[in-house]
Amino acid sequence: MSSVVDFHNVVAVAGGFPVLAGLDIEIAKGEIVQLRGSNGAGKTSFLRVCAGLIPISDGDANVLGFDLRDDRRSPRRYIGLLGHDNHLYTDLWVREHMEFRAAATGAEAGDADAALRRLGVTDRLWSVPIERLSAGQRRRVAIASMLVGRPQLWLLDEPHAALDHEGRELLDEILLDAASSGATVVFASHERDLSKSIASRVVTLRGGRLSEDSGVA
Amino acid sequence: MTQVPDSRHMTATTATRVLGTVALVAVVLMGLLGLVVSPADVVQGQAVRMLYLHVPSIWIAYGAFVLTSFSSALFLFRSRHRHDGGRHHDRLAGSAAEVGVVFAGVTLVTGMLWGRVTWGTYWQWDARLTTTVLLFVTYLGYLALRRLPADPVIRGRRAAVMALISFVNVPIVHFSVDWWRTLHQKASLSVGRRPEITGEMYWTLLYSTLAVTIVASWLIVHRYRVIRLEELRDEEALEALIASRLREDDVQA
Amino acid sequence: MLREALLVARKDLRVEWRSKVTIGHVAPLALLVLVVFAFAFDANAGLLEFGAGGLYWVAVLFGGTLLIQRAFDVETEDGNFDAFRMSAIGAPSLFLGKSLGVFIQVVFLELILGPGVVLLYNVRIDDWILLLASALGGTLAFSVCGVLCGVMAAGLRVRATLLPLLLVPVLAPVLLAGSRAFETAFGVRAEAGWTWASLMFVIAAVHTAVGVRAFGFLLEEG
Repeated sequence: MSSVVDFHNVVAVAGGFPVLAGLDIEIAKGEIVQLRGSNGAGKTSFLRVCAGLIPISDGDANVLGFDLRDDRRSPRRYIGLLGHDNHLYTDLWVREHMEFRAAATGAEAGDADAALRRLGVTDRLWSVPIERLSAGQRRRVAIASMLVGRPQLWLLDEPHAALDHEGRELLDEILLDAASSGATVVFASHERDLSKSIASRVVTLRGGRLSEDSGVA
Repeated sequence: MTQVPDSRHMTATTATRVLGTVALVAVVLMGLLGLVVSPADVVQGQAVRMLYLHVPSIWIAYGAFVLTSFSSALFLFRSRHRHDGGRHHDRLAGSAAEVGVVFAGVTLVTGMLWGRVTWGTYWQWDARLTTTVLLFVTYLGYLALRRLPADPVIRGRRAAVMALISFVNVPIVHFSVDWWRTLHQKASLSVGRRPEITGEMYWTLLYSTLAVTIVASWLIVHRYRVIRLEELRDEEALEALIASRLREDDVQA
Repeated sequence: MLREALLVARKDLRVEWRSKVTIGHVAPLALLVLVVFAFAFDANAGLLEFGAGGLYWVAVLFGGTLLIQRAFDVETEDGNFDAFRMSAIGAPSLFLGKSLGVFIQVVFLELILGPGVVLLYNVRIDDWILLLASALGGTLAFSVCGVLCGVMAAGLRVRATLLPLLLVPVLAPVLLAGSRAFETAFGVRAEAGWTWASLMFVIAAVHTAVGVRAFGFLLEEG
């Protein structure tokens, strides 16, 4: 079974509200999927359910071969999640934060340096406390944190927000590289233009369910 | 206990009607025995009658705590094969805790009143009262955890872990406080010695314990059912929400 | 597992080093509490000397609770623990690492409070070994119990009030034991200091075992 995400009629409840109300979707390895939909449609929730952070109350959900009804913690080490927040240790220097993230995922310190360079975060910034960086720079560090973990499944929520034009191009490159080396990318984005450039498939959510699916390209 | 009564009768069923009547009668009898029939103590006079409520309350306060802890353990470790995912154990743990906290409070109040009359002070730093205060606060913490907004299963699990931590902790508390007070009172006369309980007083005490246990059981059963009804209401509300989400989707499609 | 725990602890200590919250805020606050106790007891030297053991541990409780809050607030900017939950590091290692980080920070706090108590309350130290052993046991117990309760309150809007409510009953025997052991070490009381010290180690061991097993469970979100 090479599908990385396999949902059948999934219902998920968070805060007493059915954030997913019967979602069916199948995503294969190597795909780049863009999620679209208005606020409250379930994009963020879908990403978090895939990450195993929200429990399933009905239906079947498999991610990376794990059945989320039985075990939603195990898939997490193979997943990278980037939410609206950057999840950075703002007191630390850039380098210190990255070293921790690298070591936590079993990567070398050198991988952390490489990831930072890839995101265009120059050496000069590495000894700067994260709280002194601009929003765009922080976003780049956040993406680098994800990159260094080499996840099999990339889940990103509005990743292009807060990035300048150059940053967006960098991100697109990184996502394309990841997909071509066997990872799967799912990102939520409002932006129309981007879907033309990197996503192989566009999926629209509405009311916690699938509304449109451009299908595998 | 788990059967859902129809809404006309609220949370009552035949069994609990009988239980309730028995409880009522038992309490009246307890009042008679405790206040009228049994003799006053030689040393403590009428004040000893307070014990007929104080001692059973301690029994329930701690007994309910044990019940909460056992149910929590079952919820955590024996839920897998139940069709309801172990929610029964969770509900029982919660109901027992609410009744337990009430009786812990009663223990403290009756203990303080009794102490005031017998020793002249509201409080003695003895092992029983001090441990009961900590049990009371432990209950409050547990109940606070149960009230947090969360997915019911997750909230139940979190509370269950807290219950188990407390189950380990309360005996440690009792042991340490007891030892502390024993060390402290080595030199002085044993303050607040409980009266010798014999004869009619003994039987009255035993009977009172039984009566209070029946009342507590009735309370737990009803609290359990109220929780069950609340869950049903939430489930129905959720299903309605899901259904309306599906409908809005179809209408717009 | 140990390697990962050390990783987490190092990271937390580095955050502390950069932000200097323990040294800059909490320690002075705890010292201030010692001073305030003197106001409360009308600077009665006899009372203060007699009560020094207990007052020390109350000050540790006060400061330590703040440190535990901080240990979890560090993981999030706004109550969102997704990154912490998504960590590639297993839950038992997270628990041990967090406990170790808190332990070291509380030790720093005590290195300031200890001399504070000796100087302000004029106690003498009769039994150094007992003092250090009971400080160690008490701090270990405090750290693991604290992290265990801390994770249950983490990220909630009510965490600042829920944490102490959960923590203090669990720590009650530790506070009791610590105070008695310290009093014995100060020569104020001549009983069973070592038994009290051992009790704290036992409590620490029990809660470490519970924490390693239960931390993963407790991290799950509502």
